[in-house]
Amino acid sequence: MAQLETIDIPHLPLSLPVHVALYRNVENAELLKQELLAGNSEFEYALIDASMVLSRAHAITAIFRAVNDYMNDRLKSRNVHSEIVFSFSSTNNIADSFRKFGIADSTKDLLVVKVSVTPEITHDSVAAHLEASIKGTPVPFDDETLSQISDVAKIKKFYKLGALPDPKATGQANGTHADDAKRRLELSLLGAIALRGS
Amino acid sequence: MTDEYKPPALPSPFSNTSPAPVLLTQGAEAHVYKTVSLDPSIPAALKIRPSKPYRHPILDRRLTRQRIIQEARCMVKLVREGVSVPAVLSMDWEGQGGENGGWGGAWLLMEWIDGPVVRIVLEQWEAWMKKNSASLDQSQLEQEEERVRGLLRRVGHALGGLHKAGVVHGDLTTSNLMLRSPSTSSDPGPTGVSMEGEVVLIDFGLASQTAQDEDRAVDLYVLERAMGSTHPRSEPLFEALMQGYRESYKGATSALKRLADVRLRGRKRSMLG
Repeated sequence: MAQLETIDIPHLPLSLPVHVALYRNVENAELLKQELLAGNSEFEYALIDASMVLSRAHAITAIFRAVNDYMNDRLKSRNVHSEIVFSFSSTNNIADSFRKFGIADSTKDLLVVKVSVTPEITHDSVAAHLEASIKGTPVPFDDETLSQISDVAKIKKFYKLGALPDPKATGQANGTHADDAKRRLELSLLGAIALRGS
Repeated sequence: MTDEYKPPALPSPFSNTSPAPVLLTQGAEAHVYKTVSLDPSIPAALKIRPSKPYRHPILDRRLTRQRIIQEARCMVKLVREGVSVPAVLSMDWEGQGGENGGWGGAWLLMEWIDGPVVRIVLEQWEAWMKKNSASLDQSQLEQEEERVRGLLRRVGHALGGLHKAGVVHGDLTTSNLMLRSPSTSSDPGPTGVSMEGEVVLIDFGLASQTAQDEDRAVDLYVLERAMGSTHPRSEPLFEALMQGYRESYKGATSALKRLADVRLRGRKRSMLG
């Protein structure tokens, strides 16, 4: 069963619903990447290496930035889906952001995002296509699941936030400190995404 | 002319927002609204800098863009450094509809801080004291003043953290300091005015990144003067703020030394000789 969530992102028009699914133990990343690179429009998704995603808010912030840029006709990459991958980045280097946040042949944990840019793309059509295309275990797109997937050290390194306290390290000493550290890291990521290109 | 004031129409994407953002305050440069964040269950503050029609459009865009980016950069830096300020959730400085025509404004979506501003807290406390201090004995009076000193010391700590991070606020007043409401509130004492909660600095519209004693001292001086005029009864307690500031970082002592010079000559530096 595909767990495709259509998320309500405030401020975006109802005419542009956003569908998100999270998978673990993905076995056919190589094929998905090939379809994407070949420009097969059926496989036009934002395919994100979920180990680079800290939280739901992190992902939604990147999605929001990309869709807002799409609505204002100022995409820096090919389409709104590649732009979502790019929007995770804090730098203007598109190729680098694809390498860091995009699907790789070895990707096991995958975040899939699809924006209904035409009325034909619906929750059901996306759910059916994903079910047929992705060999992996659907899991809920929530902070608890993402906390098991995300590679905090890798995320901190990419965003150059190595000086921040580590949510996992402080967690052993004190539970509340771990929450504070994670919150601070998350808010720092949101700021970095918002400021890209400034 | 009794027409109700209508703020300018909201720019995209907030023209889609349901329920519509509610206008809270308006300054010379920006409008601030309450709305929701990118999670519909979490509130957020939205600051919009509309374009100014009397300026040349290209200059207008450039100024608006520079200012909102400077504001956001300061806030993001402070979030990273762990200073309590509202986090930047999203922003847009590009306007809409191309270089010519269209909307040349910019917006900043920020974390919502729930709680009163320090100005209101001190005003309420001063009003209560004015009415009731005659009926308080010496120890009660001291206890009340000690509460305000405690608050001002925390403000001093917050400002020390701000300056330590390499940012000056540029417009410090008690209206730009908030007390984040604690989840569990304790007894506010006889006055009914709570002074609990984390001190949060807001409105970085005039902030800049600098580590110079001069800029830091002017920041403190502006707040000191503002306190003197808006909270006369609390002003004598300003010393507590400086004490909190002094304790909070290493460079504080030299900034406070500079403050003594600034007091003698005022905010503006003499450019003579």
